Amino acid sequence: MDIDRKNAGQPDVDISALRKASSGGDTPRFWRGLDELADTPEFRNHKENEFPHGANDPDAKLDRRDLLKVMAASAAFAGLSGCTKLPTQKIVPYVRQPEEIIPGKPLFYATAVTLGGVATGVLVESHMARPTKIEGNPDHPGSLGATDAFSQASVLGLYDPDRSQAEIHDGRIGSWAEFQDELSTALGAEKGNSGSGVRLLTPTITSPTLGDQINTFLKAYPSVKWVQYESVTRDNIREGTKLAFGEYVNTVYRVDQADVIVTLDSDFLTSGPGCLRYAREFARKRRVEGPDSKMNRLYAFESTPTNTGAMADHRLRMPASFVDDFAHHLARELGLVVGDVIFTPPPTREQFAWIQALARDLERHLGASLVVPGDQQPPTVHAIAYAINAALRNFGKTIYFTEPIEVSPVNQWDSIGQLAADIRAGGVTTLLIMGSNPVYDAPADLGFKEILPKVPFSVRLGLYEDETSALCHWHIPQAHELESWGDARGYDGTATVIQPLIAPLYGGKSEVDFLAVLNGQASKPSHDFIHDYWQAQRPNVDRFDAFWEKTLRDGVVADSAFPPKQVSLKADAAMQVTPYTVRGLEIVFRPDHTVWDGRFANNGWLQELPKPLTMLTWDSVAMLSPKTAERLGIKSEDAIELKYHGRTIVAPAWVTPGHADESVTVFLGYGRTRSGRVGTGTGFDAGWIRPLATPWIGGGLEVRKTGARWALATTQTQSTMEGREPIRIATLDVYQKNPKFAQADADENPLSLYPAVKYEGNQWGMAIDLNACTGCGGCVVACQAENNIAVVGKKEVMIGRHMHWIRIDRYYEGGVDDPGAYHEPVLCMHCENAPCEVVCPVVATVHSSEGLNEMIYNRCVGTRYCSNNCPYKVRRFNFYLYSDWDTPSLFGMRNPNVSVRSRGVMEKCSYCVQRINAVKIEAEEQDRPIRDGEIVTACQQSCPSEAIMFGNINDPNSRVSKLKANNRNYKLLEELNTRPRTTYLAKLRNPNPEIEKTPAV
Amino acid sequence: MAQIFHRSTNTISRVSIYGAVILIAILGYAVNVVNQTSYVTEVHNARPQPVPFSHKHHVGELGLDCRYCHSSVEDSSSAGMPATQTCMVCHSQIWTSAAILEPVRASYRDSTPIAWTRVNALPDFVYFNHSIHVAKGVGCTTCHGPVAEMNITWREQSLYMRWCLECHNSPEKYLRPKSEVFNAFYKPPADQEALGNRLMSEYKVRKLTDCTTCHR
Amino acid sequence: MADSPSDRLAEQMANVPILGPGYNYASVTDKISAIVLARRTPKWWIFGFLISFALVMLLMVSVTYLLVAGVGIWGIQIPIAWGFAIINFVWWIGIGHAGTLISAILLLLRQQWRTSINRFAEAMTLFAVSCAGIFPLIHMGRPWLGYWLFPYPDTMKMWPNFRSPLVWDAFAVSTYATVSLLFWFIGLIPDLATLRDRARNRAAKMIYGLLAMGWRGSAVHWERHETASLLLAGLATPLVLSVHTIVSFDFAFAIVPGWHATIFPPYFVAGAIYAGFAMVLTLSIPIRKLFRLEDFITMRHLDNMGKVLLATGLIVGYGYMMEAFSAFYSGNQYERFMILNRMTGPYAPMYWMLIACNIVTPQFLWFRKVRAKVGALFAIAMVVNVGMWLERFVIVVTSLHRDFLPSSWGIYYPTRWDIFTFVGTIGLFLFLVFLFIRYLPLISIFEMRTLVASEEEKKAAN
Repeated sequence: MDIDRKNAGQPDVDISALRKASSGGDTPRFWRGLDELADTPEFRNHKENEFPHGANDPDAKLDRRDLLKVMAASAAFAGLSGCTKLPTQKIVPYVRQPEEIIPGKPLFYATAVTLGGVATGVLVESHMARPTKIEGNPDHPGSLGATDAFSQASVLGLYDPDRSQAEIHDGRIGSWAEFQDELSTALGAEKGNSGSGVRLLTPTITSPTLGDQINTFLKAYPSVKWVQYESVTRDNIREGTKLAFGEYVNTVYRVDQADVIVTLDSDFLTSGPGCLRYAREFARKRRVEGPDSKMNRLYAFESTPTNTGAMADHRLRMPASFVDDFAHHLARELGLVVGDVIFTPPPTREQFAWIQALARDLERHLGASLVVPGDQQPPTVHAIAYAINAALRNFGKTIYFTEPIEVSPVNQWDSIGQLAADIRAGGVTTLLIMGSNPVYDAPADLGFKEILPKVPFSVRLGLYEDETSALCHWHIPQAHELESWGDARGYDGTATVIQPLIAPLYGGKSEVDFLAVLNGQASKPSHDFIHDYWQAQRPNVDRFDAFWEKTLRDGVVADSAFPPKQVSLKADAAMQVTPYTVRGLEIVFRPDHTVWDGRFANNGWLQELPKPLTMLTWDSVAMLSPKTAERLGIKSEDAIELKYHGRTIVAPAWVTPGHADESVTVFLGYGRTRSGRVGTGTGFDAGWIRPLATPWIGGGLEVRKTGARWALATTQTQSTMEGREPIRIATLDVYQKNPKFAQADADENPLSLYPAVKYEGNQWGMAIDLNACTGCGGCVVACQAENNIAVVGKKEVMIGRHMHWIRIDRYYEGGVDDPGAYHEPVLCMHCENAPCEVVCPVVATVHSSEGLNEMIYNRCVGTRYCSNNCPYKVRRFNFYLYSDWDTPSLFGMRNPNVSVRSRGVMEKCSYCVQRINAVKIEAEEQDRPIRDGEIVTACQQSCPSEAIMFGNINDPNSRVSKLKANNRNYKLLEELNTRPRTTYLAKLRNPNPEIEKTPAV
Repeated sequence: MAQIFHRSTNTISRVSIYGAVILIAILGYAVNVVNQTSYVTEVHNARPQPVPFSHKHHVGELGLDCRYCHSSVEDSSSAGMPATQTCMVCHSQIWTSAAILEPVRASYRDSTPIAWTRVNALPDFVYFNHSIHVAKGVGCTTCHGPVAEMNITWREQSLYMRWCLECHNSPEKYLRPKSEVFNAFYKPPADQEALGNRLMSEYKVRKLTDCTTCHR
Repeated sequence: MADSPSDRLAEQMANVPILGPGYNYASVTDKISAIVLARRTPKWWIFGFLISFALVMLLMVSVTYLLVAGVGIWGIQIPIAWGFAIINFVWWIGIGHAGTLISAILLLLRQQWRTSINRFAEAMTLFAVSCAGIFPLIHMGRPWLGYWLFPYPDTMKMWPNFRSPLVWDAFAVSTYATVSLLFWFIGLIPDLATLRDRARNRAAKMIYGLLAMGWRGSAVHWERHETASLLLAGLATPLVLSVHTIVSFDFAFAIVPGWHATIFPPYFVAGAIYAGFAMVLTLSIPIRKLFRLEDFITMRHLDNMGKVLLATGLIVGYGYMMEAFSAFYSGNQYERFMILNRMTGPYAPMYWMLIACNIVTPQFLWFRKVRAKVGALFAIAMVVNVGMWLERFVIVVTSLHRDFLPSSWGIYYPTRWDIFTFVGTIGLFLFLVFLFIRYLPLISIFEMRTLVASEEEKKAAN
């Protein structure tokens, strides 16, 4: 991704450099809203000097690409005569045509992508054996047809040209065979002491087959220690269950059974195992068809603002370390006997009232309520949550438990600490690292960077030759999930067989292959391991071949989900309270919304995906509340120094409305030093100040202003609605009293000089339910993958040139300290009276006979007039040659049914017209009408909460027509009479009247 | 005083002034003409191929069906090019030692595909779909010309957008019964207009001139 | 009353002739043609020429880099997709208008005082239009396809979108350029002939001779020449109004608050003439000084131009007021926000500078004393030039940067390439002006002769 490499340049974190930069004229540009702008230094010198900002061109120098462009341009000028001749091309057919492949027709394969070991079932679209797009697998309980941004982006991860492509042995190119020899000698040496010096370091393993292989290995070498470690560990959840039930269990929610939900600092709607399913079930409970529909109610205790908090009807803001006390207090309100709660400082009267009202509400919904503890909260919070759920008789109704989905659930932080200790003690002779990247993401005070070289023989299997590989004797390129055989369990234990869609592009080895070598089974194909394992598991399936085929086709292993498990709550579950000693500022560590623990750092799609609520790209920030920022005299984009546990790191500050006071949130996954040309050097490494002792929440953070600035790239600079109504919101009461509140200014037949166009047959339209949208951003990446949308890099984003066809606007409403946050996906409205169409001088954007607003790239000359005249500003322009036309490995990734745009043309959402046409052709050939729901746009497909609905609005019975008939339906900027085809269903809140007095209508 | 210019200058200047105008007009016309020539359009240029495959022989004389080799033409956007295997079905039996077929045998032997030279090419931003055209009664020869007479295959039409639109604006001029679609010797009847209109209603053929029909 | 100083000044001003005393046919011809033929190239000319030439090179570099890298080198973005390019285009095209007005309309109105300034006013028009013409082309994402804006029978069976103001623009500007060129050249012919006859070295004779197209000054020639000029004047007159009206449509047709206004055409035209006369003043004042042409371009001329400047300035001011008024009167929240944002938003300094330059400053021209001071006139003209550029900046940028959805608001900063390109075109303009004043008669000789005649008639009459 050449463009990225040019633009992703992040001013390095060296203070002096930053200070110099900011004193010099060329501070990286950024802007703010109306009032804020007025007092930025930029604007002051803008007042003095008409043109404060000189340089902005990302590549002033002429490199090869540019020269190519000159040639292209001159060729084009030569072509002015019109004599443009197509070059001679070759057709290369198969020698032996494979059965299933029909050239020009995609195939879909069912497999799974994993995050932290947990599988999400997906269907992968494959063109001529090239995986190009990920869809959710409707048959998989953890997906139900939806996908998150991570799985969508895994296609780019597969083709990433920066992935490691060779075995590296002490910095030299090695070979797989050579490695096997060395390994066997190393292991042979250990045979005597049964491998007491050997350590196997892996991420969380849910894969039954891998587990089986590892156990075989452990049988052969009984004293080998197997260490599982994830930087974004789920230890607290595991330990929480142990605290509550005396054993590790896996917790599963049934959100669709809950009418009142309470989150204890949890983002369960958009992160963690099962979030896709939970979001769908949650949204289904908020589908308001008419005034008499019911709605569930969501309460959130929260420190860092999350999508779930934004969805909440009531949100109580508090430092993360207070959640424990508040949870216990809530339990006490519910009449549970709990340990003594020491409030520091004591809650306000409002907070007490809030909790009492909540308790009443919960009591009114016995068996139909749910308390969800946050992944980063300490075990005690989980225990108390289970105790409350038990008291509310929710067990078996809204929440149930199963065997752990991990092959061997352990306390990962203890074991990584133990590993470090062993290495220091010199007890480790052979370290086999399978995937994990401890040098980057292990607790900083373990100092893996220093101790890893001490290990006599270290091996690393990894997708990238990264921080850890650099310090290992052997680096083995890992095969991507889409390249390898494997299996993994979903959030509820459902197993999926992971099948390869393509032979390893860069000759990578799968985890199965790697473990096979350990077990001396190198010759056995990885497929056979999976196949044989499951055959062993299903002895009484008579025709296993058929079963196997079905398993591969369905993407789930039949009845492999774990049955609910009886648990007994320990009496003292509610008695323990985590004694926090939070002096001064609190620090909260969180996995990043888009790069998670850093594994996705080199993925341009995810780097450029605006993070929910902050709308930031290409960077991580230290979040703090407006009040705290004011106290410390910090402004957004100040480079601040964070001192914690004796370590300091410099981070850009981001003043975040709705953040808890006296608390700072930092995000993991950035500051990578060896992640590839996209990710290296973006953001800062919060892991550097993250000690073993406090993985998530800690006290005593010291913050100091450096005086330098750190420019950030955000895609939305104005956070308020400015008295306009892009998002229409009402409480359920108001809606019930006045169901048409959203259509106050609706005008059924607006005046027009021209007769309305009559549409025969199909007429496409879309409806977006703002009551369902969680703002997770999955649709943005799905659209990017489906439509070959380019990545532009940080600098370009900073000057408003990101290319997303669908964006998720975020607006704050209410005071700056604790405002409501609302999401609104905005894509091309395909207006009936499209302002863009009249002004294009070369008819490059026109209306189709089915109502689409078509954009024809090859006709566009790039006057950008259409964008100026688009009131929704959904048009995107290729200011440079953003699409990568140079990197061969990326060509395979592109959707062959969508043109790859060139420099100087406008582009925008097409309602996935390539999908419309495909279905139309199929229907025509079968001489039948198009069925409702047959055409699914990429954004709609990925949406976990079913917020987006597309279809034929000429058919009154289509689902989209029904939604548009809903009285919450309204048009964005209706007063302009553009008659958009994309309409919105107003957002409703369902506040507790005891807490919020509903305003008169 | 002495004249600096010869008297002929008057004539010259007049001629050159009017001449310039005419010249520009001619140039414009020339460009238009050149764009129609086979130098630009490749129309009727037989392209050299690794194997001198003759449609004349296989279709015209042996009467092979188009679909025998271009097998995906009815189900996919691409008509499909035959795998070497397809050639070998017959040529493992007949002409087994013919020199001109050596590349085919070699390809089959060493599993190295044959690289044919593309004859009918569209720009990458044009999305043409064979199956729907075939399904709606557009014959192969309508666009590909008298294939049964081509010793070495050539391009029959300019494939300019203007040419596409001729049919997309008035399909009735070109439609033929579905039964005749793959008939390489089909001759349109005298009353094509009548037939075309009948087929249009019968096959539900619409005049698709939306840009996104072909451009995405 | 006739003794109040201002009245006396008025009298004097009225009596100031439009041609200095004591000139006859020969002396007029000598004085003007001498500039081209006899006199040695003055130092200041070489100096200025070199500077402007350097700037032209800068323009070349900027445009080349633009073609190589793409319009991304400019500050434009979404939502502000039009920046300097369009601002400069409108500014230059506006400047051109004065020339056409002077040469065409004032000719038809038989305004004698136009005589000595129309020649280089026309030249200025031509040069301004050629500067303006660059921008619509290079501001496109794919300039090499610009010819798609013109209708011609293509292989795609496609035509331009005749509903789009940009297409009208293409026609308007190209027509304007053609007519201005013809008008200017036909006016030049008799003088070229004069130069041909007076030139000493052969090369000059040849060149001027070719350009003179065999002009012999016969009665037939004069008769045809008169007719042609009148016809072209008739053609050019509507253009003065139509061209900038159509340019204003580029904005008025859009739905962007701040663009979508019915008042645009008249106030764009007024603004154009305003800017144009400002530029004529900016050029004529130094020229008359440097070439000592005070007798040909007299205080009377400057005074008249000052008055025109004042008049058009007032119209423009009215335009601004109507913009603000209709925004408030409309009751439309977007319109109201737009005008408030102009006055108080991030670009407020630009807006108030614009008001200062275009409305406040020209008020000084009410005073004859001011109009009688060359320096003051020059200063005011310069200020107005700046002001008119600011006007276009405010219209283009501040309207776009905050339109309907707050989520897509942005801020625009020009890059060094924006500035280079702008300065480059100024260089091109001056470059052409310098060539013109050195190698062509910058005042119409034969028309000055007619002035001499009329002056003598006046004398005879007294």
